[in-house]
Amino acid sequence: MSGQTAVEARVARPRRTLRSRVQRVDSSVSPYLYISPFFILFAIFGLFPLGYTAWVALTDRTLLNPDTHFVGLLNFTNLIHDSYFWNAVENTMAIWLIATVPQLLIALFLAHLLNAKLRARTFFRMCVLLPQVTSLVAVSLIFTQLFSRQYGLVNYGLGAFGASHVDWESGRLSSWIALSVMVTWRWAGYNALIYLAAMQGIPEELYEAAAIDGAKSWKQFWNVTVPLLRPTIIFTVIVSTIGGLQLFTEPYLFEPLKQGATGGSARQYQTVVMYMYEKAFAGTQFNFGYAAAIGWAIFLLIAVISLINFLIVRRIRSVEH
Amino acid sequence: MSKHLKTPRRRVTTLAAALVVLGLVAAAMVASTASGGRTDKVTLRVGLFGDFGYHDLYTKYEATHPNIDIKEDIESYPDHHSNLAKHLAVGSGADDIESVEVGFIAQFKSQPNLFVNLNKMGAKSLSKQWLDWKWRQSIAPNGAQIGLGTDVGSLAICYRRDLFKKAGLPTSRAAVSALWPTWQKFVAVGKRFQKHAPKGVSFIDSGSNVFNAIIGQLNPAYYDSHGKVVVGSNPKVKSAWSATMQAVQAHESAGLAAFSNDWNTGYKKGTFATVTCPAWMMGYIQGQAPKSKGKWDIASVPGGGGNWGGSFLTVPKQGSHTKEAYDLAKFLTSPASEAYIFKQTGNLPSQPALYKSKAITSFKNPFFNNAPVGKIFTDSAKKLKPQTTGPHQGDIQTAVSNAIQRVEQHKQSPDKSWKQFLKDVKAVA
Repeated sequence: MSGQTAVEARVARPRRTLRSRVQRVDSSVSPYLYISPFFILFAIFGLFPLGYTAWVALTDRTLLNPDTHFVGLLNFTNLIHDSYFWNAVENTMAIWLIATVPQLLIALFLAHLLNAKLRARTFFRMCVLLPQVTSLVAVSLIFTQLFSRQYGLVNYGLGAFGASHVDWESGRLSSWIALSVMVTWRWAGYNALIYLAAMQGIPEELYEAAAIDGAKSWKQFWNVTVPLLRPTIIFTVIVSTIGGLQLFTEPYLFEPLKQGATGGSARQYQTVVMYMYEKAFAGTQFNFGYAAAIGWAIFLLIAVISLINFLIVRRIRSVEH
Repeated sequence: MSKHLKTPRRRVTTLAAALVVLGLVAAAMVASTASGGRTDKVTLRVGLFGDFGYHDLYTKYEATHPNIDIKEDIESYPDHHSNLAKHLAVGSGADDIESVEVGFIAQFKSQPNLFVNLNKMGAKSLSKQWLDWKWRQSIAPNGAQIGLGTDVGSLAICYRRDLFKKAGLPTSRAAVSALWPTWQKFVAVGKRFQKHAPKGVSFIDSGSNVFNAIIGQLNPAYYDSHGKVVVGSNPKVKSAWSATMQAVQAHESAGLAAFSNDWNTGYKKGTFATVTCPAWMMGYIQGQAPKSKGKWDIASVPGGGGNWGGSFLTVPKQGSHTKEAYDLAKFLTSPASEAYIFKQTGNLPSQPALYKSKAITSFKNPFFNNAPVGKIFTDSAKKLKPQTTGPHQGDIQTAVSNAIQRVEQHKQSPDKSWKQFLKDVKAVA
């Protein structure tokens, strides 16, 4: 036996040394190789454009003129004094607020409904997600038609109730509301399913204990469900902040005169991304340097707002109080 | 022990199989591209922003040139020009022939190095074919000719006879043309119309179209001959604004944005009684509201003359078949082709020889109550004087459209809106 092992050892040793060396390299290097595709793609399509955009924001680059000069922070100082930029920020924040707050409340409510023991539960849950999978452009165009001043269905409905027609596109608040309806329609179901998943992790005993304490279902909802959903709510608020502050397709297609991408005749619904698009691609300027500066300003804006949101939502009474 | 022996062999076989498959795939790819290059069928792509009426011409050309296959790409007017600028900047993606509208020609001819100089391809000998000012409009500052003219807009007023009748106005085109020799009289007729107009019907579709028509009759308008922007200092621009504001404040305008969905619906529902009509608008109206055939007629435009629109066919240098593209462009803009297109879509040729041809001048359009459109538009074209345009024409256009809409939507007074318009123009030009 030992002789065989010695033979095996002598025959296998050269192989084992090479193999074991390969195996050692394999076990230390291959984890990195397995995760490298993501990082390679991120480096090419995420990190590099981030850095390049930051570089372009420090120049006066335009699409048509090959001469580019380094101008330092000139684009950013111009941006701070640009009233149209701040107008776009105000529009974006307002639309985001009007869209997100009702949307998340509707999502909570929907999740609560879907959590009950309904028949055809999966069917209803699928229905709630359907708006998410429709084409963004097609939906925006259809909603634009619905909110049309003279021939839209919404005004027709208002007229049926005796109210006067609203010029949705031309007014400031009315255009914000119209766009918020589009966003809410799209995302409420998605957020509802996220809340639903979290709700199903809440143990039944907590509800039974609350019921024994005399809490009606409404109180149970606020005192049991919502505090336990706090991490999920934080998550959805931050994700909708990041998405909502970058709103572009809906307001861009809401505009009748697509040539300018100005967000209405008085820029009443121009969002920051739309302003960036206007500077970069609409019209004849193709001012890439300035648009890159706007891009980084959007990044800073989203970071600041997300932090504020996080701090606010964290103050929802947590369960261990 | 047998396990140790099998694994390397299995590995080797797998590796060998993978290499063979890879090799086959590579060979197939090489074979397909090689066979693709072996045929000499040339595909020419033509990029347009609307229907230029070229379909039958393509068939004719393909019949006489069997190795050419023609494909058309149509995008919306702003998207087409925006995408063209991007394709030119990155050096690929442009079609073999790209149409450029007169509002954008100044922007593109400022970079002649991106286009084929058509003079070098033989266009110089054809220059007499076109109206002199049309030929000069697409010549770059360095003398290169980058485009061949397709149509010119010319100007008239298309009006709805039935709506005029309901409001108690005359309906024959001679009487209507006599009503408004000047724009001031045009605004006054609008007031008369609105007094007895059917409910929900406005005299004009939008203030912008009236403003653009008045501007289209001016030279200089936004730019002077030295390329300087003179929007603020040109008194004629201000008086165009004043006339438009008078019409808007007399509630004559339906407040629609030209080429928007509501504007298209307005044609179908008869929401406005007049629209400033370049020759190419005839085809547009026919497409938008085919049921209104016979209800429209055409009268002369106040002030006479003026031009809105008109295009050029250019050949970007980045194409791989620039000689074939030039030949096709030459064919599409030849007098015979332009005469044919006029009968199809109403686009007015830019070739003055055709203005004398009987076939054109006697042409009547049944959609417009048999109006002698051939005579109306060629007469107007003979009076056409060119307008100096500049590279940021499109931005000024957007700014003034917004400015007029702000007043139409009761957001600003005309004075405030004008001041903001001047500020916006300063920012872009």
